[in-house]
Amino acid sequence: MTTRLRARELTLSYGERVVSTKLSLDVPDGAFTAIVGPNACGKSTLLRAFVRLLRPAAGTVSLDDQQIAAYGSKALARSVGFLPQDPLAPDDIKVRQLVARGRFPHQSLLSMWSQEDEEAVTEAMETAGVSELADRPVQELSGGQRQRAWVAMVLAQRTPYLLLDEPTSFLDITHQYRLLTLLARLRDEGRTVVAVLHDINQACRFADHLVAMKEGRIIAEGAAADIVDAALLKEVFDLPCVVVPDPVTETPMVVPTHFDDP
Amino acid sequence: MISTETRPAPTSTARWHVAVLVGGFALLAAVAVVSIGIGAQAVPPMDVLRALVAPDGSANQLIVLEVRAPRALLAIGVGAALGVAGVLIQTLSRNALAEPGILGVSTGAGFAMTIGAALGGVASPAAELLVATLGAAGATLLVYAVGRTAPLRLVLTGVALSAVLSGISLGLRLMSPDVFDKYRFWSVGSLAGREQAPLLVPMLAIGLALVGALLLSRSLNAAALGEAVARTLGANIARVRLATLVLITVLAGAATAVAGPILFVGLIVPHVARRLARGSVPWLTGYALVLGPLLMLLADIGSRVLLPTGEVPVAIVTGFLGGPMLIWAVRKYGAGSL
Repeated sequence: MTTRLRARELTLSYGERVVSTKLSLDVPDGAFTAIVGPNACGKSTLLRAFVRLLRPAAGTVSLDDQQIAAYGSKALARSVGFLPQDPLAPDDIKVRQLVARGRFPHQSLLSMWSQEDEEAVTEAMETAGVSELADRPVQELSGGQRQRAWVAMVLAQRTPYLLLDEPTSFLDITHQYRLLTLLARLRDEGRTVVAVLHDINQACRFADHLVAMKEGRIIAEGAAADIVDAALLKEVFDLPCVVVPDPVTETPMVVPTHFDDP
Repeated sequence: MISTETRPAPTSTARWHVAVLVGGFALLAAVAVVSIGIGAQAVPPMDVLRALVAPDGSANQLIVLEVRAPRALLAIGVGAALGVAGVLIQTLSRNALAEPGILGVSTGAGFAMTIGAALGGVASPAAELLVATLGAAGATLLVYAVGRTAPLRLVLTGVALSAVLSGISLGLRLMSPDVFDKYRFWSVGSLAGREQAPLLVPMLAIGLALVGALLLSRSLNAAALGEAVARTLGANIARVRLATLVLITVLAGAATAVAGPILFVGLIVPHVARRLARGSVPWLTGYALVLGPLLMLLADIGSRVLLPTGEVPVAIVTGFLGGPMLIWAVRKYGAGSL
């Protein structure tokens, strides 16, 4: 598996509070990578370092052997797209307008709206399944529709890399699976997808590469079938469980048992 | 909520905006001609046009060219500056109640004018202009130095500094009736007589800042999506914020320096413009460029015709006009923020 996006020996901190030290991760190209772990384990922080929202105190993130710190801001935005956990749309914006803003890194100060911009927006809305909603105000949409509109915005950026921070958090179960299926399809079309996910079973089902984190460190990474077992769940989540094959996909499925201390 | 209006495709949306803006500018031109004609000596619209196109030196034409046209131009410049500055501050702070004065621009100018009057220094219109500009710039620099890390800090710092400065100014004015008298004339925002001040520099500054605001509007569109999204879209948020602040200071500072504090325009114009622009900062800026001057010209006409003799200061008229407009807009559309 080839890698173009990689983190080397990162020290990540918010002011005095150090989240991670010596953290390294190679993101496999053209694959769906899921990062899982308990709350506050540093998984979102790692994602923010990959998109340059957080400057590492030490270590480097590089894309194509060039440090992302050296990229121009729009140049990086043409390669790496990011969707934060709970993005906030302006009050009166419509879906098409929101998606159109994804074209920002492709526009210069004086450039007009181009044919390519128009095509990218139309295609992004089709891919994310929001074409029908194009002229609806974003704030009138349901949670699932709104999240798909935001995904369309990032798709309009036309980046080979797509990083998402807990994209399924506020969705009902159907919309969670629909969104993950969409991300898997984007992977099939050649994009590299990295998502922080809450649900370990969904991560096992959809991810090619699973990264399990705890207290700022990567405990295990690899194909879910190779790394997910009761011992890993005990270590990472402190969860007593059995791991059985998912009856639909054969991927590992975590079924919690009882806690020793009631 | 399901809207029954027809939903235009994107290209026709742009065409619709352009059509409304062209209509707006035509209306603005017509109101400007009417405004130039109105006053103690009424000049018919055709004579106004003739004076502007083919001057022949008659008394009417002198009034038009020497007094009325500069005053209309001043109203247009001040209106555009305050309207666009309002768009910028509301977009930057994501607060629909923000107006340019919230950053301390007008209290800074007022403070400088008070000090100037106390020291007996501001005698000419040119000196007034200079002192007010320095005050506006000084206050904003201070606000920026303290509050630059986040828009909310900026606004709070602006409010705090404004309170301190207006307190000191008020104290000085109460202690000295003479200072109070001088300040009084400046503090009631007005266009009367101000067209005689050297306006080239402030108008040029306003013009350049308006161009800057239009160039910046696409970045502000990105910034409106929140810091994380804006930054990963490639917008340099720190630079956008700084540029926005500089533009607000230049626009509001220059407008306050030439016309005194006229507070309501910067609040009401973005609100009305937002109903037309529907979520796009570039169009919002365009609409503010039409609506600001339109409101100022109408208010200036009102200031000249409301009293049988003399004039009502224009800031009072904008308050009378703007207050009900704001209430109407909020009742009809709700107080949406950008």
